[in-house]
Amino acid sequence: MTGTSASQTVAPAGDDALDTIPKLLLRNATTHALRPAIRHKDFGIWQTWTWAQLCEEVRALSIGLRKLHLKRGDTVAIIGDNRPRLYATFAAVQCLGAIPVPVYQDSVAEEMAYVLEHAEVKIAVVEDQEQVDKVVSVADRLPQLKKIIYDDPRGLKEYEATNLHAFTDVQGLGREEMHANPGAEGWWLDEIGKGQGADVSVMLYTSGTTGRPKGVMLTHANIVVSARNGNRFDGFGPDDTLLAYLPMAWVGDHLFSYGQAYTAAMCVCCPESPETVVEDRREIGPTYFFAPPRVFENLLTQIMVRMEDAGAIKRRMFHAFLGVARRCGEDILNGKRVGAADRLLYGLGNFLVYAPLRNRMGFSRTRVAYTAGEAIGPELFRFYRALGINLKQLYGQTEASVYITLQPDGEVYSDSVGKPGPDVEIKIADSGEVLFRSPGVFLKYYKNEEATRAAKTPEGWVHTGDAGFFDQRGHLKIIDRAKDVGRLNNGALFAPKYLENRLKFYPEVREAVAFGQGEDFATMLVNIDLISVGNWAERNGVAYASYQELAAHTQVIEMVRARVDEMNKALAQEPQMAASQIRRFLILHKELDADDGELTRTLKVRRSFISERYAPLIKALYDGSRSCHVATEMTFEDGRKGVVEGEVAIIDMAVYPARAPQPLREAAE
Amino acid sequence: MKADVEPRPVAGRSGVAPGEVLLSLEHVSLSFGGVRALRDVSFDIRKGEIRAIIGPNGAGKTSMLNVINGFYHPQEGVITFKGKRRHDMRPYLAASQGIARTFQNVALFKGMSTLDNIMTGRTLKMRRGILAHMLHWGPAQREEIRHREAVERIIDFLEIAHIRKVPVGKLPYGLQKRVELGRALAMEPELLLLDEPMAGMNLEEKQDMSRFILTVKDSFDTTIALIEHDMGVVMDLSDRVVVLDYGRKIADGSPAAVQVDQAVIDAYLGVAH
Repeated sequence: MTGTSASQTVAPAGDDALDTIPKLLLRNATTHALRPAIRHKDFGIWQTWTWAQLCEEVRALSIGLRKLHLKRGDTVAIIGDNRPRLYATFAAVQCLGAIPVPVYQDSVAEEMAYVLEHAEVKIAVVEDQEQVDKVVSVADRLPQLKKIIYDDPRGLKEYEATNLHAFTDVQGLGREEMHANPGAEGWWLDEIGKGQGADVSVMLYTSGTTGRPKGVMLTHANIVVSARNGNRFDGFGPDDTLLAYLPMAWVGDHLFSYGQAYTAAMCVCCPESPETVVEDRREIGPTYFFAPPRVFENLLTQIMVRMEDAGAIKRRMFHAFLGVARRCGEDILNGKRVGAADRLLYGLGNFLVYAPLRNRMGFSRTRVAYTAGEAIGPELFRFYRALGINLKQLYGQTEASVYITLQPDGEVYSDSVGKPGPDVEIKIADSGEVLFRSPGVFLKYYKNEEATRAAKTPEGWVHTGDAGFFDQRGHLKIIDRAKDVGRLNNGALFAPKYLENRLKFYPEVREAVAFGQGEDFATMLVNIDLISVGNWAERNGVAYASYQELAAHTQVIEMVRARVDEMNKALAQEPQMAASQIRRFLILHKELDADDGELTRTLKVRRSFISERYAPLIKALYDGSRSCHVATEMTFEDGRKGVVEGEVAIIDMAVYPARAPQPLREAAE
Repeated sequence: MKADVEPRPVAGRSGVAPGEVLLSLEHVSLSFGGVRALRDVSFDIRKGEIRAIIGPNGAGKTSMLNVINGFYHPQEGVITFKGKRRHDMRPYLAASQGIARTFQNVALFKGMSTLDNIMTGRTLKMRRGILAHMLHWGPAQREEIRHREAVERIIDFLEIAHIRKVPVGKLPYGLQKRVELGRALAMEPELLLLDEPMAGMNLEEKQDMSRFILTVKDSFDTTIALIEHDMGVVMDLSDRVVVLDYGRKIADGSPAAVQVDQAVIDAYLGVAH
């Protein structure tokens, strides 16, 4: 059982027969029976299900769901944080040939209703009272919804609805049936046997930046083949461990924590609660870690803030060795030649600073860490690599079952997203848009032929909607969304995301939205980072009662102004971008929030929505006013609304003359 | 994997059936020198209810709680708890009989972690001595594990797992209040006294706290007496309300009845005395 080396995934023979996730579950329950399949911290202690136990739990649930009349082809919503029972639900549903539809757990009831209705969900398996309440509140619009099953019974004692069942009761139904009817298990195995790679395995609703979410239908073959390719690319096997903490409705979590976990028989760990992820990660020490850049940003901000509070000796040691790491850390990780003195210093730094830091962040055992979803700031990226963490980038989409490009070990650059993944073909359209074709290409959008036709050509090429190009190393570079790349009035290229990502690297800035398409110059809306700036305020005795008050403080404005100025100086060095220097900016009076529709559920900026919502502010950025009065409605987490209003100052910036075009290498330095 | 246990109800431990009188106060008067804090107050608290004590500032609400948990000794009056008349009460005796409380100004051990603070609530339930616990051996170890489990259930219930090891002095006020409730719950009290559980909280925190209080009543088999200034909260949560003014009881009844009582309206709006 333990002899399998990490670089060996499953034995290639028999791969063809194992074409669905439920079949992989049966295999794991035999060949890896006693190894941990899933862990969850509960009452402060990590609890484990082995693959054999997981299989038993899935079987009981699966047969229980059958007793609740779930049939092949039906859809089942799964709503909640990453919990073992919800992961087991995916498999239990798939065993019967039904289709799981994970829904973002922090959606408000209205958004949830759309997905449940559109997907014609018959049963909803949810985490707790909060989710039950949300589903019940829209149930009258969902005639096809027959049952709600909940995992955590707390607070639900008094609920009298007859269509409400406890998770354990449904499993009880299954176990009773197995007891009463000896043929039940055989029937269940037959149902699994009927499943084929071409069957739809899951439906994932994309939190698109525009319009209603679309249901992306992925087959078992999509998931299983993509997962195997991913595992082979980085050598994942049964000895690997990962922490499942990103939304289950997101394709990344579905592929990593479910698809790859089942194909490689990896162990998936579920945190105690969303607030304890950092601590739980430290305890588990995952060997494989995935996070959007935002998570790495927050982590770095926290470390920097804590170091500011540390004693003088520690602080100086930290900064001195960080300098060493920046100089040679990445070369050492890439296996390049490094001088003996630097090697020695790095070794010392590793002992004193890097290793403790990695341990604190939970990266002590991490062999591979990926980031994707947004471009990552080069400084941020290099920081982690310099500490000896093998952080890489990948580029993917729901429609691709994640993988389009990945960075191979030893070929990791902060400014590219890597080479085409295994079995992936890529071509660049004349418009600059990236197209791909791979075994992971989705079947279609559910009940949306028009969108399917627009996204997927008859030959199987998929439009990504991103603009990019291959550099001389054969690596793909993504500049921005194809539709967002525009031009200033003087004809210069304007790539808003490129500007935003640069500014967001500074710890004081949480979010930035750049404007300039069809204008004479570039401007920006900025959100300060409440953790970082709040900490500065505390240390400098600046009192504030709210985000709005802190954001309007003159010293805070000055701090952000200095950062924008630094950015302008740097932009002036880059021939293509010099024209995009920020002439005017303002700090928003409220934080951009997914509940207000300003960010997507995966926390990406919804540009068009913001430009409509804050039209008066944007107008003020261009009409020369010194300030602008604004009132904005905001939504609280429970759906109630309030209004934030105030006067927002607009800051003028100096612009630096553009440096004459130079070789790219030097300009980047 | 997850033990499907709600916080364990300790059924019928006092022999007082739900709806019957758990604690009664008859003609209680308390004065400090010339100041008469409570004058001839009588009311009762029934098993399984949420009983609110309200009144304008200085009405004697906190004095009332202090009398109930044995911190103050009324000069006159009879207090009966679980059918037994009380004499010479002390706070630790009240605690050992099953009365727990939280304070208006949070009274936690600031330097200790959330976990340790809640653990102190188990002190009265510990059977082994200091020495055994210092050696952390055999029965003492088993006892600690048992108590830790009880504490973990409370941590899970109050959703404070993320601050388990954080010193409470570093926590925001709303969370400190929650930890204090946790410590009181750790005693598995039969009667829980809450002195302004929502003071200084924002709307969201108040809603959370209300939810916890209601669940405590239902799942921990605990009777609750609370002082609160937020009338919305009082009217939503409580089964019965007693109103004090200048140490006197001026009304007693359902939230709806108390709201329209002329004496209560006068007390709050101010009438010449």
